[in-house]
Amino acid sequence: MTAIANNSAAAPLTIDGVIIDDAELKKRLDKAMFRSRFRAFLLVLPLLLFIVFSFILPIAYFLMQGIYDSSFSSKMPEVTKSLKDWDAVSEPTEEMYAALAADLRVVSANKTIGRVATRVNREFPGSRSLFTSTGRSISKLEAPYKESLVKKKKKWADIRVWQGMKTASRTWTPGYYAAAVDLKLNADGSIDQQVEKRRIHIKLFLRTLKISFLVTLFCVVLGYPIAFLLATLPVRTSNLLLILVLLPFWTSILVRTTAWIAMLQSQGVVNDLLVYFGVTDDGSRYSLIYNQLGTLIAMTHILLPFMVLPLYSVMKGIPPSYMRAAKSLGATNWTAFWRVYAPQTIPGIGAGGILVFIVAIGYYITPALVGGQEGSMISNFIDSHMRQTLNWNLAAALGGVLLFVVLIFYWLYDRIVGIDNMKLG
Amino acid sequence: MPANKPLVQFKNVQKSYDGKILVVKDLNLDVETGEFLTMLGPSGSGKTTCLMMLAGFEPATYGEIYLNERPINNVPPHKRGIGMVFQNYALFPHMTVAENLAFPLEVRKMSKSERESRVNKALDMVQLGEFGNRRPAQLSGGQQQRVAVARALVFDPDLVLMDEPLGALDKNLREQMQYEIKHIHENLGVTVVYVTHDQSEALTMSNRIAVFNDGVVQQLASPSDLYERPENAFVAQFIGENNKLRGKVVDIDGEYCVVQTAEGVPIYAMAINVGNRGDESTLSLRPERVVINPEPGSVPNIFDAEVLELIYLGDHIRSRVAILGRDDFIVKVPNSADHAAMQKGDVVSVGWLQQDCRALDA
Repeated sequence: MTAIANNSAAAPLTIDGVIIDDAELKKRLDKAMFRSRFRAFLLVLPLLLFIVFSFILPIAYFLMQGIYDSSFSSKMPEVTKSLKDWDAVSEPTEEMYAALAADLRVVSANKTIGRVATRVNREFPGSRSLFTSTGRSISKLEAPYKESLVKKKKKWADIRVWQGMKTASRTWTPGYYAAAVDLKLNADGSIDQQVEKRRIHIKLFLRTLKISFLVTLFCVVLGYPIAFLLATLPVRTSNLLLILVLLPFWTSILVRTTAWIAMLQSQGVVNDLLVYFGVTDDGSRYSLIYNQLGTLIAMTHILLPFMVLPLYSVMKGIPPSYMRAAKSLGATNWTAFWRVYAPQTIPGIGAGGILVFIVAIGYYITPALVGGQEGSMISNFIDSHMRQTLNWNLAAALGGVLLFVVLIFYWLYDRIVGIDNMKLG
Repeated sequence: MPANKPLVQFKNVQKSYDGKILVVKDLNLDVETGEFLTMLGPSGSGKTTCLMMLAGFEPATYGEIYLNERPINNVPPHKRGIGMVFQNYALFPHMTVAENLAFPLEVRKMSKSERESRVNKALDMVQLGEFGNRRPAQLSGGQQQRVAVARALVFDPDLVLMDEPLGALDKNLREQMQYEIKHIHENLGVTVVYVTHDQSEALTMSNRIAVFNDGVVQQLASPSDLYERPENAFVAQFIGENNKLRGKVVDIDGEYCVVQTAEGVPIYAMAINVGNRGDESTLSLRPERVVINPEPGSVPNIFDAEVLELIYLGDHIRSRVAILGRDDFIVKVPNSADHAAMQKGDVVSVGWLQQDCRALDA
């Protein structure tokens, strides 16, 4: 080996007069590998296209809505232009009122004034009817517009309406992300804390994190002994038990969650049994559902297999001789377990934990059905912005923050446990 | 055999896993203090089960095991104080080598300084002084093996069990480790019970070997006795190379007997393990004890044989010959000047002494 290496260092290898140095060798290797790489690429191409068009592009487009909003600026181009130079404190000029009137005429004619009104209403609540009622009598409007508009509706003189319009007129805006973390974007571009009673998102994020942590913790506590049992029983029995673990996995989430409603509601099975055994009396049944407790119980049950499976596969890979060795060296069962067995299952706990936590943090159906008011999570809030208030931009910003939080935890996990230590099976 | 009390005694020990088949049938075995005893046998012969019962990982179905004259059937493994080396070493992967070695000392609540000096001593013993901070995965197979041996010895047990510890090593390393373990045993004077299915390993290392088959100890003897004086056909066949000839006992006279083959040819042999006249018997004959072209009259058994195959092995030539209706008879011819070269197809005469031919059970 060394003789050959020395030789080539002294006089470089040549084939047909071409000197084969490292670069040339690399080139030849790439050329030789190109065909097989290209064919391998063709094999994954359909999946790649599918993912790009059905997953990456829609998500990117949706996440962009968290910082991009043209619903005001595209429909009210004139006033947007004039608002740009306004300092947001001085009284609006006649030119600005004229631009507003011109824009209102257009949006009123093509019946998009409702959307404009909704957009400004988000910035300055209570301004919706101002737009819609002005829209209805837009034909009677004439110069000078300032006087005319203020005469029609005194509120047009309110500077907060104009500030709201200025904020809404931003196409690229940090406003939604600010709102997602309980901050408020002002018309002059400064950012303040949201007023006390409207600070709801941080609280909701913290609650989501708390519920996810608790669910993960419960899953470890409940899943560890099951996984241990599965890994130590004879294959025949453990396969049967594994099916029992997986069975709920194959059942629809909706069915399982609804089953919990039947179990936990005040006239449900659990409360009936508690009354029957005299733990509580009929008048004071426990409220086990439509609160945080209900969310915790149902989510722990549903996410348990995500914890059991990685733990099981890790435990399966630990030969029984380790425990035997520990005992032969003088360790009691207790010491052998904690010093020798448990440390080797950490990759499984890590993998199961991060899996359960990340799935839990974005959980939606179960808290929606059994969570009630105090058991709902951030995803339920995102959903309500998607379907009820139709504030997709805020929904996108909330989703973006959620993604960021998950990535932070992922990074933390990598720093503390190490992602290489994760073992999913 | 040493006169001191046995360290371990198996008394009428039986073991069954499923309640139907006895894996170990009525084991009676004494292990003397300070000896190196090997349990040798094919897989499924019950040798590892015996070791596991001694270590405490499997309960005996019947019978009693004594350690230092104390019954230990109800003593849990961690209170037996027996060191053990496992087949795949079972070094704890999440601990360094030094932490692995310190583990048995830690659970015995030894002081830190005491632990350190013992760990260093043990590492020096297996020539791994500088490897204390490595993880087991960073060591070669042979080094892991040495750590496993050191860990089983570091807490000064009276008895060390080894369960096929060299099975995962390649041939050269295995032979080297055999000598190392043998030397450690000699230097420390610790009692070792060793399990293997490799007969050369057993012959190299042991003071005594217990040959297991079918849940029964077939023979318990020193390596030389086992090879030269096998007591039954299984041991003769299992240890070393062996020529088998079958026939009926036609005459017994004290320790001598005559066995007649199916062709009606009489063979003079030693009566080791035969019943009465008329019983079937297997004759056992080591290939190196067969003489080519003996002087007529110098040995009682002389027959013609046809050379079927010759294999050149350097120090000797292995030749397969057809004799007495069998074609698997092996003769080892030393590679020396006074032996005429044989050719394939030659007919030569072969012979052997009466005391080299042992008449055993059928």
